[in-house]
Amino acid sequence: MKRIVFLSGKGGTGKTTLAAAFATRVKELTVVDADVDAANLHLVFHPEVRDTGIYYGSNVAVRDDEACTSCGLCRTTCRFGAIVEDLTIDPMLCEGCGACVTACPTDALRLVERASGEWYIGQAGAHPMVGAELYPGEEVSGKLVSVIREKADERAKTEGTDRIGIDGSPGIGCPVIASTTGTQAAVLVTEPSRSGLHDLERILGVVRHFDIPASLLINKADLSEPLADEIEGFARREDLPLLGRIPYDERVLDALRVGRNPVDDPDSPAGRAMDEAISRLSEWIESPAEAA
Amino acid sequence: MKIAVASGKGGTGKTLVAVNLAAVLASEVETTLIDCDVEAPNDHLFVRPDLEESTVVSKRVPAIDADRCTACGACSEACEFGALALIGDRVMVFDDLCHGCGRCGLVCPSDAIREVDHPLGVIERGRSGSLVFGHGKLHIGEAMASPIIAELKETTSEREWTVLDAPPGTACTVITTLHGVDGVVLVTEPTPFGLHDLRAAVGVVRTLGLPAGVVINRDGTGDRDVEDYCNEEGLPILLRIPFDRRIAEAGAEARVLIEALPEWRSRFVELAARVKELV
Repeated sequence: MKRIVFLSGKGGTGKTTLAAAFATRVKELTVVDADVDAANLHLVFHPEVRDTGIYYGSNVAVRDDEACTSCGLCRTTCRFGAIVEDLTIDPMLCEGCGACVTACPTDALRLVERASGEWYIGQAGAHPMVGAELYPGEEVSGKLVSVIREKADERAKTEGTDRIGIDGSPGIGCPVIASTTGTQAAVLVTEPSRSGLHDLERILGVVRHFDIPASLLINKADLSEPLADEIEGFARREDLPLLGRIPYDERVLDALRVGRNPVDDPDSPAGRAMDEAISRLSEWIESPAEAA
Repeated sequence: MKIAVASGKGGTGKTLVAVNLAAVLASEVETTLIDCDVEAPNDHLFVRPDLEESTVVSKRVPAIDADRCTACGACSEACEFGALALIGDRVMVFDDLCHGCGRCGLVCPSDAIREVDHPLGVIERGRSGSLVFGHGKLHIGEAMASPIIAELKETTSEREWTVLDAPPGTACTVITTLHGVDGVVLVTEPTPFGLHDLRAAVGVVRTLGLPAGVVINRDGTGDRDVEDYCNEEGLPILLRIPFDRRIAEAGAEARVLIEALPEWRSRFVELAARVKELV
């Protein structure tokens, strides 16, 4: 089984669009939308949902007012500032660690499970698709990513698909790490800007930290040819295979707006460039350690 | 007054709005800009601050004193995050899973747990002209960004106005950023992705009870769905930034828009005025 993750560091570079293009061109693929706090891939694929569930990923402390003597030990014990002055608990700040439960001398506190998000398993055309949405403000984005990745692995096994494509989230923290570990190849999507390059360096650090072979796509490349060239130079120095430069093209937005996949638009220069890049990507993932 | 610039979807133009808003505010009043996107910080590329101080941010993780530990298992049972495991007669600590809550130390009957620092990242502070600046950088391979944001907010000196550039998404890092602010500027783009994630971001600001307004970036490239949604929700549209290759080019080179294209100064002055009305 090969798992391919799309990452970027910086947000809005085109991970989802390119992951969707990849999914359209690859047969025998299970698709995972791992950007659980800003999930968008379903807006391209409109999966037919077959199964859903609520994910209880964390706890929250609740207080029994009758047992509470207002001693305040819970408040001084909590390291997250979740117990405010009148000893009410701010669920947004509560990590569900239970330190307050341990500290309370009158057993007035306990932990209850908290619903953190919803996952789904569906079918997007020929592809099984798995995704989730984290409830706003929840802590456990990484754990929710791990849950849907397990479901995707199971699904891929029963369906006999030997590829899993994962649309990751921006950044380099908890959900990104959960999307990255245990994959066999990472596609880094960047844009030609100082910010794009800066964040590319950081996400490349993360995938190298976990020993995942990586390749690069420069999206909206013609918005700044000098920066695109600079990024290409960076990729050469880092032995990061370049899969392609995709031009900025408003037809991409037009396609997405009507729920179409831009790679299926033969009149779109970006769509054609994506198609070529995806062919290179498909070759590269056969032996991802080598240059494309 | 503290204003956060947030978005839901990444890459909509939070940094563009935060940097230029802070720049116009700084020319009138004492202003601080805090880049709370510690995973992918970019504000410093634009404001080019002189960074004067750097502090390491750590979380407190348990260290087991093997001489005192009786392998009773109380700590591993109490840990809600699976960060401690009793294997044979030894307790293993998994730093990456630890939230630094200190519960294991509270339950240990033989005083075998002390806490040590596990570095998560750094905070850097400085100035760019009259603007006070602070940002953080999560170390590569570390998962936990929120403690850096909390520390960054606490230790960066706030002035009359503080602009906080939030990370994308709607998860805990965004909540940590929005905690205690007076208003939120939501930056979106007129695309189905932008609208979908704007809804999620609005859900967060409503839960927190914060006043909010919207900046539509790359206006004119899309349809009216975002605008219709804002009208339905009673969200004021504070500024529209059209798609313009010159804006994209200035952004690519990390140039502050109001300096690269001075005609934009008055638009951001207007934005600042609308933000002041909002809070």
